[in-house]
Amino acid sequence: MPKVLFNIWRTNSSGGEFQEYKTEITEGMVVLDAVHQIQAEHANDLAVRWNCKAGKCGSCSAEINGHPKLMCMTRMSDMPEGKPVTIQPMKAFPVIKDLVTDVSVNYKIKKRIKKFKPRPPDAPDGTWRMAQGDIDRVQEFRKCIECFLCQDVCHVLREHHLHEKFAGPRHMVYTAALEMHPLDTEDRTRDLKDGHGIGFCNITKCCTNVCPENIHITDNAIIPLKERVADRFYDPLMKLFRKFSK
Amino acid sequence: MAGQETHSYDVVVIGSGGAGLRAAIEAAAAGVSVAVICRSLLGKAHTVMAEGGVAAALSNVDERDNWKVHFTDTMRGGQYLNNARMAELHAKESPLRVRELEAWGAVFDRTDDGRILQRNFGGHKYPRLAHVGDRTGLEMIRTLQDYTIHQKVDIFQEYTIISLLKNDGRITGAFGYDREKGLFKIFHAKAVIIATGGMGRIYKISSNSWDCTGGGISLAYHAGASLIDMEFVQFHPTGMVWPPSVRGLLITEGVRGEGGVLRNNKGRRFMFDDIPDLYKGQTSTDEEEGWRYTQGDKNAKRPPELLTRDHVARCIMREIKEGRGSPHGGVFLDIAWIKEKISNAPEHIKRKLPSMYHQFKELAGVDITKEPMEVGPTTHYIMGGVQVDADSQMTTIPGLFAAGECAAGLHGSNRLGGNSLSDLLVFGKRAGEYAAKYSRETTHGKINEDEIKEISTWALAPFQRGSAGVAENPFQIQTDLQEEMQKLVGIVRLENELEEAIKKINALNERIERVSCGGNRGYNPGWHTAMELKHMITVAEAIARAAKERKESRGGHFREDFPQKSDAFGKINICIKKDPAGNMEVKQIPKPKIREDLQQIIDEMK
Ligand SMILES: Cc1cc2nc3c(=O)[nH]c(=O)nc-3n(C[C@H](O)[C@H](O)[C@H](O)COP(=O)(O)OP(=O)(O)OC[C@H]3O[C@@H](n4cnc5c(N)ncnc54)[C@H](O)[C@@H]3O)c2cc1C
Ligand code: SF4
Ligand code: SF4
Ligand code: FES
Repeated sequence: MPKVLFNIWRTNSSGGEFQEYKTEITEGMVVLDAVHQIQAEHANDLAVRWNCKAGKCGSCSAEINGHPKLMCMTRMSDMPEGKPVTIQPMKAFPVIKDLVTDVSVNYKIKKRIKKFKPRPPDAPDGTWRMAQGDIDRVQEFRKCIECFLCQDVCHVLREHHLHEKFAGPRHMVYTAALEMHPLDTEDRTRDLKDGHGIGFCNITKCCTNVCPENIHITDNAIIPLKERVADRFYDPLMKLFRKFSK
Repeated sequence: MAGQETHSYDVVVIGSGGAGLRAAIEAAAAGVSVAVICRSLLGKAHTVMAEGGVAAALSNVDERDNWKVHFTDTMRGGQYLNNARMAELHAKESPLRVRELEAWGAVFDRTDDGRILQRNFGGHKYPRLAHVGDRTGLEMIRTLQDYTIHQKVDIFQEYTIISLLKNDGRITGAFGYDREKGLFKIFHAKAVIIATGGMGRIYKISSNSWDCTGGGISLAYHAGASLIDMEFVQFHPTGMVWPPSVRGLLITEGVRGEGGVLRNNKGRRFMFDDIPDLYKGQTSTDEEEGWRYTQGDKNAKRPPELLTRDHVARCIMREIKEGRGSPHGGVFLDIAWIKEKISNAPEHIKRKLPSMYHQFKELAGVDITKEPMEVGPTTHYIMGGVQVDADSQMTTIPGLFAAGECAAGLHGSNRLGGNSLSDLLVFGKRAGEYAAKYSRETTHGKINEDEIKEISTWALAPFQRGSAGVAENPFQIQTDLQEEMQKLVGIVRLENELEEAIKKINALNERIERVSCGGNRGYNPGWHTAMELKHMITVAEAIARAAKERKESRGGHFREDFPQKSDAFGKINICIKKDPAGNMEVKQIPKPKIREDLQQIIDEMK
């Protein structure tokens, strides 16, 4: 079986650099397998974050040949033949060590989003009724594994570092899941506009393109949320209507 | 404390899987101070991988279901070694816990009249598993996570506990390090809840995530707590077998629940060839009837593919051994065939089993709506673990609680699918409630400085050993352990192989004295593994010793040299404890008495 050359980002006291490793690739291997093999054979202290190795936990996000991906779902057989494979940490987040980044900002942003607030139960036994057709969309959003690849690729965060002003695609998906939840009664429209900066998104769809769960982040989450914001704050007719109906 | 950060809480929860988060929520609701410590990031614990569903007798789909039926199913599945009180509490409380998740924002699949939909699963008499496609675990953990972050709970992510702290026979806290910097931390606590999950990664072929090294079971053991039922490991019948790098990855039982069938290379549905007596009355002998069952016909009996996991796994092993297996050493699991029955089969399969479709497409290049999958058994779950009181989840050490997969009792010798997620909720809640109560009635114990010094020295030793000569690579030892466990303590067990396993494990134990690591303390997987090995080896030894002690076959434990069930062993649990000299002591203890009214329920539903 062939040996493949890897260029892996290693941090050191002066920042970091790519280091070369060679390892043997066997049938069906994914990039994370190769990283583990390198770790076991050559670099015990090579830092990599992973949990499930099944594309379910969203821990192993990195940039493979420049593309934001899950290492455990990227097959070696899909890499261009005869070329080295480059692996580096996600660019939009501070590096902790080697391939591991500090994604804690995402947990902070999420906490700022108003929590789920259900209407009173529909039935005396404390349960609710919801039609499957009414929850399909929300279930799409709830597939999110919080890999933060969409946050990584979004230029507002990646190039302009506006983490404080723009909540980012993951959190738009999260907000959409709450806003479109049939039981939810909270209103997050003003927050979307002000605190979470939905206006920063200019619908480039880069986030949608990298989502390993194939969530239609832009079309299904962000655009409908933008419409809600527009209806509320920018549509003069709606404004008038609201004034009178108060 | 010199040099170490100390955090002080009433209740410290180790683990942020379903059990840990549910425990933390409950303890916080009781008004005590709570910390959750987890080795991974929040929301990424192994629970995220659960697929098929959470078992609760909501009776939304079949009104004949109730807690008594669920209770009886659980006891039968565990072949009556279960702690009946736990099985009772579990069956009674799981519907409440599932509905509560809905109130916290979970979005389960729906019935036509808008209630929570339930699906069939092995060993459950009626459709009982609330689910979200095949990503129920994700739904559960995200719901608990998003709820927890708005409660008064402090969360320490990527912190690993390496020892519990004790003084004068009671728990005083836990000791560990943060992954980022590798600095030691003391968690001073009145009560500690272990919710660290399972141990699949001590085997080579496993469905479990990185996190599942049995850490908490070993922490409890070394602190002096009793373990029970460690011989009962569940091998899930359907793991992926090809390609090699994904060997063991789970294929949810939901595939069979939706009508998937098992065939050997002759095309025969071999599950019809061996139906155990205990299940004869409720299992179909007719293919057509089996199909109708999966499609919700209440008068049909279930197909033999949905027999309990231990049995299905052994039937698959038999087919493979006798030369009727698939090309890569498994058997065939076919869901594509349902196109003979329903018109939009490919769409139906993709909607019902989205992650299975995805998983095979991405990782094996197989389209499950067109071709059969190749499957074989994989290490999946441990029924055994820390012995706990049924009501409070307190271990044999005052102030130490355990809940979730690391605790034992509910499942007896074999767990039914779906009964783990419900276990996490029911007993996670109870652990949180009783730990909070306990912490209210006590004060902080005193931290023993000598204990801290001893653990720190042990933890840092791998750095001191250098890499010369006899030094051992931690990853190599881990691989060796996984190979031995797979070979010698797997699905089919034998006295002499178990003896050999114990010898091999002891030899590994000596090797870890020489394990070394390079680099520095910051996010260093080599060092982390070096420390983890002790816990993995402890758990491996407990499994091997318990398996050697139980000279019969029951549930997840199959002894080729004692293939039958024995009445004598049906009355005991095997209990493992550290003796004063530090050796592993193995004892047979009488299983807890079954209350008369519960026994009556079992007898009535036989
Ligand atoms: C692929 C798969 C599918 C499954 N599907 C189902 C299903 O459909 N239905 C069902 O009922 N069950 C299912 N199960 C079983 C079920 O998922 C697990 O039993 C359950 O999730 C265990 O939850 P837990 O809370 O006990 O532990 P886990 O979710 O494993 O969490 C353990 C936590 O402890 C932490 N931890 C561990 N050790 C330490 C330490 N030393 N220091 C600090 N933190 C530590 C980890 O970081 C983690 O946060 C499935 C299992 C697998 C493998
Ligand atoms: S569509 Fe919006 S959120 Fe997505 S990457 Fe582009 S700017 Fe960012
Ligand atoms: S929306 Fe998609 S890309 Fe973004 S965090 Fe979730 S799963 Fe990852
Ligand atoms: S390790 Fe879980 S998504 Fe890759």
